[in-house]
Amino acid sequence: MMMKNYIIAVFLLLAPALAHAVAEGIHLDKANIDPNNRQSQQRGARLFVNYCLSCHSADLMRYERIGTDLGINEKMLKENLIFTGGKPGDLMTVATAPADAKEWFGTVPPDLSVIARSRGVDWLYTYMRSFYLDDSKLTGVNNLVFPDVGMPDVLWELQGWQKPVITTVKDEDGTERKVVSLELVKPGLLTPKEYDRAIRDLVNFLEYMGEPYKYERQHLGVRVIMFLLVLLVLAILMKKSFWKDVH
Amino acid sequence: MGWIDARFPLSSMWNEHLAQYYAPKNFNFWYYFGSLALLVLVMQIITGIWLTMNYKPDAGLAFNSVEYIMRDVNWGWLIRYMHSTGASFFFIVVYLHMFRGLIYGSYRKPRELIWIFGMIIYLALMAEAFMGYLLPWGQMSYWGAQVIINLFGAIPWVGEHIAIWIRGDYVVADATLNRFFAFHVIAVPIVLLMLVVLHILALHEVGSNNPDGIEIKKNKNANGNPKDGIPFHPYYTVKDIVGVIVFLIFFSLVVFFAPEMGGYFLEANNFIPADQLKTPEHIAQLWYFTPFYAMLRAVPSIAGSAFPGVLTMFLAILVMFFMPWLDRGVVKSIRYRGNLYKSAVVLFVISFFILGWLGMEPPSTVKTLIAQVCTVIYFAFFLLMPVYTKMDKTKPVPDRVT
Repeated sequence: MMMKNYIIAVFLLLAPALAHAVAEGIHLDKANIDPNNRQSQQRGARLFVNYCLSCHSADLMRYERIGTDLGINEKMLKENLIFTGGKPGDLMTVATAPADAKEWFGTVPPDLSVIARSRGVDWLYTYMRSFYLDDSKLTGVNNLVFPDVGMPDVLWELQGWQKPVITTVKDEDGTERKVVSLELVKPGLLTPKEYDRAIRDLVNFLEYMGEPYKYERQHLGVRVIMFLLVLLVLAILMKKSFWKDVH
Repeated sequence: MGWIDARFPLSSMWNEHLAQYYAPKNFNFWYYFGSLALLVLVMQIITGIWLTMNYKPDAGLAFNSVEYIMRDVNWGWLIRYMHSTGASFFFIVVYLHMFRGLIYGSYRKPRELIWIFGMIIYLALMAEAFMGYLLPWGQMSYWGAQVIINLFGAIPWVGEHIAIWIRGDYVVADATLNRFFAFHVIAVPIVLLMLVVLHILALHEVGSNNPDGIEIKKNKNANGNPKDGIPFHPYYTVKDIVGVIVFLIFFSLVVFFAPEMGGYFLEANNFIPADQLKTPEHIAQLWYFTPFYAMLRAVPSIAGSAFPGVLTMFLAILVMFFMPWLDRGVVKSIRYRGNLYKSAVVLFVISFFILGWLGMEPPSTVKTLIAQVCTVIYFAFFLLMPVYTKMDKTKPVPDRVT
């Protein structure tokens, strides 16, 4: 890529122009999840129940299913994932009444059971890493991927706080575009690398939860197609023997 | 057997439609899609029955009941994906089947009624697919249905009343979902099955056409059987089994490895429950409707009414019914037609594909212009058919199939 890249403006505390630059379409980072990594999904599940499940439900999903699929036994499940005092067979609901949630956040937090299927993993991965400080918002934060989002920066303790930096990029044909990136101004408990990994784990879990049977489906698919290929050979031989006398 | 035959024409039916139904021996690749359409129909009915066992046609429960099928019902995910993939494959197979009829002149005399029954099947199939797509009650189900039903609202004077009558409410709501469920699972399938029987009975009355467009019944042997014909069973049953397996391989590749098919078969937005307060930025129609949807958008509205576009869309389907009488060519098959007809078909296919693509894209000035050009080509293909098929230089047709 022949692209000249130079920084002109640095920090912005209040940026009305920011929303404008953002609306032009944000580049999504690749989540690069490994759907076969059970440990990553287990860590993601733990993050999910600790940070997301207090406001967002996943009420199409049962704790038990997670236990079976991710190899977590019932005792571990109860100790590490079920904080509501519920049973493993319960759906992952939230206690918060929708009316209260609406009053607090301006909207009811969406159910996250199939969020990975509607948003896509790259969107989720970028979104969870794109919160920045914005004093004009009630929550004190805004998001590059989802401007004016009602959700507070729940993971700030882990990530720290970010501030936006506007860079002007010159394309090959000379037109200038403003690109917004984020800079860490107050570190959190995790280093940026560790935080990215944690989000990757979380997104990996969300992807799994979007379609728990996905890997069983693909596994079965290979066998079904191998069976059909064998059947095809037999069917072709049968057709040939029947058609011998047709000229 | 004798006991049954004395009371029911089992053996004679078997002979008439299979063992002694003589089909031309030169069927090629294009002739697989008739039996495949029947296969998909049966598959849709069977998977559909199992889906209704757990699906709940209720605006408050529908979305979750589909996910319940995907998660908690044994093999529910497979049944659901077979059904959703089957819907798209039904259209792929039917479009290829129709294209076969088009290029080999299978709609020509004496097969006009087969073509017309087929066209009604195509219409019923569109209604069936459209109503079925509302049932998962996701955002695209909801808004796609809203847009299509509003088209009826564009009809002058009575439009709004018709739209309310279809929805049973002022917006797409629970009442709409319930009636669409009723039509999707029982009313339309019954009509479809009846039409398929009529389609096949009409076919077996006159006999199948073939890639040469020759009437094999004109050349019979001493036994009174066509010299170029072979009994459907066992010859074409064993051949169609090969077709079925190849089809199932492609079908399985989608069901097991890409059931969303990049958003064409299952859209990402349909994993968000229907919300009548949030209109999605871009309402995409299902890929098999998009050529007609592009035509609808290509026609400018008159006095603020989208009726001309709606009319164009319906005419685009209606005009296909008249194919048997629009074609004035002396030969049936494309093999013996001249360059004029061949270029017309090529242009028609290209414009149909472009329209299909444009129907999925958000409109823009350039795209609307392209859609207008393609709409003109689409209609010209049919309306000028009496002219160019007559002017065309045809080649001599052999007496026997090649």
